[in-house]
Amino acid sequence: MKGGGLRAYAIAYLLFLYAPILLLPVFAFNSGTIIAFPLKEFTTQWFAQMAENASLRRALLNSLTIAVCSSVFATCLGIFAARASTRFAFPAKGPIMGLIMLPLVLPEIIVSISLLVVLLSVGVKLSILTVMLGHTLICMPYATVILSTAFNSLDRSLEEAAYDLGETRWSAFRLVILPLVMPGIISSLLMSFTISLDEFIIAFFLAGNEPTLPTYIFSQLRFPKQIPMIMALGTVLVVMSILLLSVAEYFRRRGIAKTGAKDTGGFL
Amino acid sequence: MASGNRSQAAQGLGLIAPPLGYAVLVLAAPLLTILAYSFFKDGYLTVIREFTLENYRAVWSDPIFHKIMLRSLGVAALVTLVTVVLAFPVAYFLSFAVDPRKKSMWLFLITIPFWTSYLIRVFLWKVILGYNGVINSGLKSLGIIEQPLTFILYNVNSMVLTLAHAYAPFAILPIFIALEKIDRSLLEAGRDLGESRAMTFWRVTLPLAMPGVVAAALIVFIPTIGDYVTPALIGGGKIPMIANMIQSQMLDQDNRPMGSALAVTAMLIVALLSLVFVALNRRFLKVRQ
Repeated sequence: MKGGGLRAYAIAYLLFLYAPILLLPVFAFNSGTIIAFPLKEFTTQWFAQMAENASLRRALLNSLTIAVCSSVFATCLGIFAARASTRFAFPAKGPIMGLIMLPLVLPEIIVSISLLVVLLSVGVKLSILTVMLGHTLICMPYATVILSTAFNSLDRSLEEAAYDLGETRWSAFRLVILPLVMPGIISSLLMSFTISLDEFIIAFFLAGNEPTLPTYIFSQLRFPKQIPMIMALGTVLVVMSILLLSVAEYFRRRGIAKTGAKDTGGFL
Repeated sequence: MASGNRSQAAQGLGLIAPPLGYAVLVLAAPLLTILAYSFFKDGYLTVIREFTLENYRAVWSDPIFHKIMLRSLGVAALVTLVTVVLAFPVAYFLSFAVDPRKKSMWLFLITIPFWTSYLIRVFLWKVILGYNGVINSGLKSLGIIEQPLTFILYNVNSMVLTLAHAYAPFAILPIFIALEKIDRSLLEAGRDLGESRAMTFWRVTLPLAMPGVVAAALIVFIPTIGDYVTPALIGGGKIPMIANMIQSQMLDQDNRPMGSALAVTAMLIVALLSLVFVALNRRFLKVRQ
């Protein structure tokens, strides 16, 4: 065991990171109506209440629709961007990639407000479609980063071998490159899905009257009576996110192993 | 060779066209619209397309803007300082003390909380710090306090705590990457030449890790300044930051030119500060080459 003091610090730090999340299940299964100690009895009534709630179901359906579409769009756009940036040199590459990556650092309030102003002045009605526009935009840089790692670890001679064996550019892409980057694509889809599912600001400004899960949660936070149910909902969301991310991480690592590259770790 | 380059460029541009087109339409065009709006006049419920600098004059002379902008900068600076200082030892531990095979597992554990619903994490801090919250009710049932502590919610400190918690993993990753790149033989050389462990850290490791620290600081500072949820929930809506002010100008008061001028001014200030920050650290950033 190296770094005794540092290890203790790192573990304390992890505990600090996880502490709030660990409170979710504690109060989601507690029968008390206010979120406070001491705990009362064990109950699953908040989960039952959640399952019966019609507006919550609507929000869930909206969120899932948005997340599925945005993750597919963002991943498709990410494939183009990753392939172009890892394989080809072209003019103004830096500025172009910079613009595509910009949503990573730009505060979401700026993205959503500027998009909102344009949509309103063009006369587009706000709906889940407009949220998809925004979510695809903010997921695109993440998809591009993940897919660039996948494309980067490709051995170019495999592609050249395919050309030599008479494949066209498209069939070489489909038969050789695509299967090799498939784990990266799955990982990108899952990451984008998770980001979209959790995203609040863009959905808050661009959804009009349509609720998504985060905006539904936000609207319920004012009502103390609803808080235990929100804790139950939060538990479900966090468990879902962790599952999705674990699967994404599994595919990311498998992709790296498949192309024989060294694992540099982490999503960023 | 020249034709090869040209076809390379053509193919590359052809491939990049869809994502670039999307970014131009959904990101660049709206940003330019905001920029244009900031020079227009506000009519009632409409925007009058006449060039004016009045919005900027109004923004700069508005004491409320000064106060809110300074508060946003202060909160973001404090959050950045806290996250980077707290994150550095963790990144150092990950890079130098953790078994290489276990590194991705640690990184994964650190990033998970970051990817789980931001809104819920912010709200949980409200639950923890609230008047009848976890801390107050916990301390009360343990008999440590009689009356709930009121100084822990709805103030700037609680906002800093919440934001520092939310952006913590963001700070670890760039520092970790910079530390990973350090050639370990340099550290051995430092020790061989008679430097103590602490001096080697101070004179070799830290300067080489600075690019990561600078990146971490920027990656925390910029989104924090534009945070909307934390002031709304943890600040109780009474301590707005710049994002809340932009939102209220744009939507509640429907003054789009003024809201645009606010957004552009805020972005300029942030961009300028970031450039100054990078310039101040230029000495360290050059080390890499």
